[in-house]
Amino acid sequence: MKMKVLSAPYLVWMCVFIVVPLIMVAYFAVTTDNGSLTVQHLADVGQYANIFVRSIWLSVIATAICLVVAYPIAFLLSRMEKHHQGTMLMLVMLPMWMNFLLRTYAWMTLLGNNGIINYLFGLVGLGPYKLINTSGAVVLGMVYNYLPFMILPLYSVMEKIDKSVIEAASDLGSNPRSVLFRVIVPLSVPGITSGITMVFVPAISTFIISRMLGGGSNLLIGDLIEMQFLGNSYNPHLGAAISLVLMAIILVIMTVMNQFSPDDQVLI
Amino acid sequence: MKKLGKIYMALVLLFLYVPIFVLIVFSFNETKSRSVFSGFTLDWYSKLFHNRIIMDSLMNTIIIAVAASIISTILGTFAAIGINNMRKVPKSLVLNATNMPIINPEIVTGVSLMLLFVFFAARMEFEFGFVTLLIAHITFDVPYIILNIMPKFKQMDPHLYEAAVDLGCSPMSAFRKVVLPEIMPGVVSGFLMAFTYSLDDFVVSYFTTGSTSQTLPITIYSMTRRKVSPEINALSTIIFVVVVVILIVKNTIENRARKEKGGEA
Repeated sequence: MKMKVLSAPYLVWMCVFIVVPLIMVAYFAVTTDNGSLTVQHLADVGQYANIFVRSIWLSVIATAICLVVAYPIAFLLSRMEKHHQGTMLMLVMLPMWMNFLLRTYAWMTLLGNNGIINYLFGLVGLGPYKLINTSGAVVLGMVYNYLPFMILPLYSVMEKIDKSVIEAASDLGSNPRSVLFRVIVPLSVPGITSGITMVFVPAISTFIISRMLGGGSNLLIGDLIEMQFLGNSYNPHLGAAISLVLMAIILVIMTVMNQFSPDDQVLI
Repeated sequence: MKKLGKIYMALVLLFLYVPIFVLIVFSFNETKSRSVFSGFTLDWYSKLFHNRIIMDSLMNTIIIAVAASIISTILGTFAAIGINNMRKVPKSLVLNATNMPIINPEIVTGVSLMLLFVFFAARMEFEFGFVTLLIAHITFDVPYIILNIMPKFKQMDPHLYEAAVDLGCSPMSAFRKVVLPEIMPGVVSGFLMAFTYSLDDFVVSYFTTGSTSQTLPITIYSMTRRKVSPEINALSTIIFVVVVVILIVKNTIENRARKEKGGEA
């Protein structure tokens, strides 16, 4: 069909600005400054194993919390009257329109040692607690920032679930629990997998949240990469190698995830 | 059960909004304290409006977000239609590449584009700035457009288009009357997503901008790095109010359109 031609401009764009830059990352990761091949940079990544473990762990927790919190919200939204759905969806998405840094900054002021939470604790004779510069604060920042990314794909899948399917299941003797696990959850799997992707990927690679809420003691993979390109320890080759490993981790996790997804919804 | 749902929804909304409201309240605070409200002032707002760096970067951010989301919506909608009509192997190949900026962490996208731009900047007469920023934004926007449209094709009955053509529609009008309305929700949500991503983007911009073209997030980042100033709170308040106004207007227009449509039927 002639319609294929329509994608030509994009295909050119894709090659130049998506494919080529990624090849360059791979190239930088395995070469030295004068262009000879080396595995030294990739081997050096091993020194930072603890940072990798911390990043994966914190973002898995944040993603899990997002899923648990967002799932009921998305379902409630999708079962509302159409008129209210728009308004409520807007309310949920509105904070996302605020700049990401400002949202994180808001928590910085809330959690700070002189912040309002510790002030309120102080009024009832508690604290002050060390809230900021902890890994808990980093997880909180991730959940707060990425929760809408989980709600939106879940909602858009659940919105498509026909009300009569749920009614049929209960009419035919399903209790609410089995309606949830045998009808709603299976039908919303594409939303779950894409929601997890949209939360986990930014969470594992962030360097803002860890820097603003985690202090110096909670370095994540993102911080490590940023330091190689724009920080004090300029080393694009090591930075590229770390990026490559990060991409590999995400690829593995996505592949595992896709096992749970129907074939026609597979991302990779 | 219904009541429980409402309470839960309220709690989540509270979680989402309390930090923003605290931010807003303290933008009117006389002192720099973040916990005690000592008196009302608008000083931080006047300071903000006299801050050239912030105003310039705000302008840059808006120009980039509007331009990038419009260009990428056009590019992406055509791309999605084309990709949908491809054979299986090239289709999955293209979709795999398209998904790269989504699957990849933003920081990798930023770093990879930075490497590309550095390579070209060293060989041609060009500097990091507006053009590199715009290219970067379009690059991470388009996949979201395509990702939002493709499922709509899947949900659509493929015979609908053929039926329209069989019943005498030209391919063009069949597309306009049958396909486009089906994928439109995807186009719109894709556009909105691209626009928010562009407005919000810090990471990719951080790696691809030069000193000539700072966006607001980059300016904010350097402000939070230095020392805390309620100017940021004032800025947040203004952004929040603008967003609320835009969304209310959008919602009102949509409701009116829906009512009119209902009236005709």
